[in-house]
Amino acid sequence: MSMSFTRKNSDLARMDGKKFGLDQIMTVLCFLILTTVVILPVVMIIYNTFWDGTKIDLEMFGRVIFREENLTAMKNTVIIAVISTIFATIIGVFFAWLLGRSDIPMKGLMRWLFSIPFMIPPFLAAMAWDMMFSGRGGYVNRFLMSIFNLKSAPFNINTLAGIIVIEVVYYFPFVYMQVVSALERMDPTLEESARIAGAKQWYVIRTVTLPLTIPAISSGTLLVLITSLSNYGIPRMVGSSKNIFTLPTKIVDLVNRAGGDFQGIREATALSVVLVIVVSIALFVQRKLLKAGRYDIIKGKSMRPTLIKLRAAKYPLLIVSLVFLTLVVLAPLVIIVLVSLLRAYGLPFAWENFTLANYTKILVNNKAVTDSIQNSLFLGFSSGFVCLFLGVMLSYVIYKVKPKGSGILETLAVLPYSLPGTVMAIGCILAWSGAVFGITLYNSIWIIMVAYIARYLSYTLKSCSASLQQVHVSLEDASRACGATHMESLADVTLPLIKPAMISSFFMVFLPAMRELTTSVLLYGPNSRTLGVAIQNLRDNGYMTQAAALSVVAIIIIMVCNGVVKFITRDRKGV
Amino acid sequence: MDQIVLKNVTKRFTTKTLGTVTAVDNFNLNVREGECFSFLGPSGCGKTTTLRMIAGFEDLSEGEIYLGGAPVSIRSRNLYVPPEDRGLGMVFQAFAVWPHMNIFDNVAYPLKVKKVPAAEIRERVKKALKHCSLDGMEKVFPSDLSGGQQQRIALARAIVTSPKVMLLDEPLSNLDPKLRETMRFEIKKLQKEFNFTIIFVTHDQSEAMALSDRMLVMDMGVVKQIGTPTELYNNPTDKFVHSFLGQSNFTNVELSGGRVYLKGDRSVPLGMEAPKTGETEMLLATRPNTIEINREEGFRGTVVKRVFLTDFTEYIVALGDQTVRVQAPHRNMFRAGETCYLRFANPIWYSAKKDASDAERERRTLV
Repeated sequence: MSMSFTRKNSDLARMDGKKFGLDQIMTVLCFLILTTVVILPVVMIIYNTFWDGTKIDLEMFGRVIFREENLTAMKNTVIIAVISTIFATIIGVFFAWLLGRSDIPMKGLMRWLFSIPFMIPPFLAAMAWDMMFSGRGGYVNRFLMSIFNLKSAPFNINTLAGIIVIEVVYYFPFVYMQVVSALERMDPTLEESARIAGAKQWYVIRTVTLPLTIPAISSGTLLVLITSLSNYGIPRMVGSSKNIFTLPTKIVDLVNRAGGDFQGIREATALSVVLVIVVSIALFVQRKLLKAGRYDIIKGKSMRPTLIKLRAAKYPLLIVSLVFLTLVVLAPLVIIVLVSLLRAYGLPFAWENFTLANYTKILVNNKAVTDSIQNSLFLGFSSGFVCLFLGVMLSYVIYKVKPKGSGILETLAVLPYSLPGTVMAIGCILAWSGAVFGITLYNSIWIIMVAYIARYLSYTLKSCSASLQQVHVSLEDASRACGATHMESLADVTLPLIKPAMISSFFMVFLPAMRELTTSVLLYGPNSRTLGVAIQNLRDNGYMTQAAALSVVAIIIIMVCNGVVKFITRDRKGV
Repeated sequence: MDQIVLKNVTKRFTTKTLGTVTAVDNFNLNVREGECFSFLGPSGCGKTTTLRMIAGFEDLSEGEIYLGGAPVSIRSRNLYVPPEDRGLGMVFQAFAVWPHMNIFDNVAYPLKVKKVPAAEIRERVKKALKHCSLDGMEKVFPSDLSGGQQQRIALARAIVTSPKVMLLDEPLSNLDPKLRETMRFEIKKLQKEFNFTIIFVTHDQSEAMALSDRMLVMDMGVVKQIGTPTELYNNPTDKFVHSFLGQSNFTNVELSGGRVYLKGDRSVPLGMEAPKTGETEMLLATRPNTIEINREEGFRGTVVKRVFLTDFTEYIVALGDQTVRVQAPHRNMFRAGETCYLRFANPIWYSAKKDASDAERERRTLV
């Protein structure tokens, strides 16, 4: 179509960019917000690492990264991440195949068990494992010692190996989720034609099923590797007391020890740069791997895949799976609930030792705790709504307006997703402590909110844009043809169609914000403790039973919200 | 010899909404060696389920299946030969070509599984590719090919082991109409060369008519009729078969004293002899192209609508409160509103009562 016509319709002229319309305003807004929320913290980290206030300073960076304790932390981070990723992948793929393709019974129960780790934050899981297996004090250790008459504790969770075990059992459901959904989407006739060709079940798995699932497996592995590299909660809960540090725990430790001293914070930024580099390498390698195999396996008429008969192996496998899942998923929950009911930590689990006093202590007249619940709820709702609004606007701009530089917008928005929460928090401290236009948010709840928005924006963006891409251009065009304005088409057609995605994406922010610790532990002030911080403080100060009670409260809140999401989004799969 | 035999094959599913559904009900079939046999029916009629039971992907609820005289599924003896040991070739609707293997590896797979020596594999793959017009494309990956070419890979993969039986599950439905005709021809050609027995599942009547030596029509899990395409078209023994093959008029009529009247109007009889069934109400089935329309004699009606189609003119004619569709040459055209006379040839009679399939269809749509 020729663009040289004289257009009388002002609306069409706006589409050519001749006037300043709604789309242009939104585009500019997107760039402005992302620059402030994402670019600024990242730039501040690099700036402070290599600029000591007067000149370029590379010496500090070198000194910090080659300090022995920091080298050990780096080594620990990589060892933990790599080993736990490998095992989490193996276990996750195995369970995905078992539930997605075999005729093992009780799949419903197992699927439900798999959904639990997603609701419990990693630091709570680690706290539970610590209660079970920490030296002579761990409850399971004590139980085993008394039964088998052992002189010393059979397990010690406060070691590198202990951290790895916790991360494996915490992360393998993430791999499972990715792979099982790929298996469910895979056209079953791909496997059936291999059977017809004469291949036995195991040969089909090896030559067809596994190769076709590799993209899903590697994306699950990537997810686990990056989350593990940036994980703060697990090494903090079981490692820090025994001086086992990883990069994220070391960074937080440096900031805390600096006590506001600028030089100390600069050392933490130097380590942050190292952490970002390590994560980037992991990202880079995985991108390379992912590029090698991209196939479209989602086609064909949807038909139930033929389930592979396990025959004699069926019940042994069922028992092993159930015992394993119960142990790694339910046992931590049970121990936290039991400890929350104890009169004092260390007492045996006996009827006369149980009490509800811990709950009254934390929920009645304990301002620090009740404030933390309020703060987390406030942060969850506010960052949820802001991210939802920004996510809808961003995805609309990126996929429908498509301005120059929309690729940059998308990269900026998803960048914090791969940035460790610790690093994002340090960036926020540097950016919002008066360095820019004299704005000081430090020690207030607003700095946590800004950090959450940056961290979780990619969640709403991904979910909304996936939904928006399914809304065909012709739908909006049809509404314009019926006489609706651009604004009316948006409100009457586009937004209602992506509403289900909007609702679920709100909770995709609300839920992680509720159980967050990594970022808020660096950003909280006297009046802005979050739930996670409150639990960690109670535990650090020796109130184990109260920490457990508050954890139970947190888990209940999260589970209730999760139930609400399930209820709202039921039967509304896609547009 | 009978290459494929099904005896009393029944398949029942239990679903949450419908309860127990009989997807395939007491299916009996003998397919002769070298025959091309089609299963025709609307989606959900049970044709694909039957095919998957022959392939070994579905268990039987009852019945027996024999391939080349050997039992492969016998419910009562709990005998079940897995798909890989049935020695079949199969082509699926969505091609099911493995995207992580190139054309050579896709086609060589059945031979590799059987541990055929590498040199022989190369030879046989080359031959199969040649027959499917894919020669020289060994190294190409499926994602770089069109749908038609992908389906050729699937065909080559199915014939490379020279199977006795070839199962085709709507293999042409994902192709565009033009390509469909070419592929139809190629499948026939391959069958002549390799001399395999074909079971061809489709919901496209012209595909089934063009390809098959014999065919059957299924509805709601029940086989309605088995025969050659001409038998089924000319002498449908069931009103569903009549309506599924070609175009049909069904007129509600009353029978009295050896004469036939429109339902609810005994003033003028339709000029034809009543069938001797003892029923007083029946369905009169006619084909639009066998009814003669003229201005002189026959049963009186009124032209409601005229549509000029490329090869003929179509009239909707009102007979009392019912209408029939009539196709006639372009000569002496009638106008809408004009009185006309119809003469019926080859009337076919069906009971006006609902049959079991009608009842089952109602049950499924109500839920």
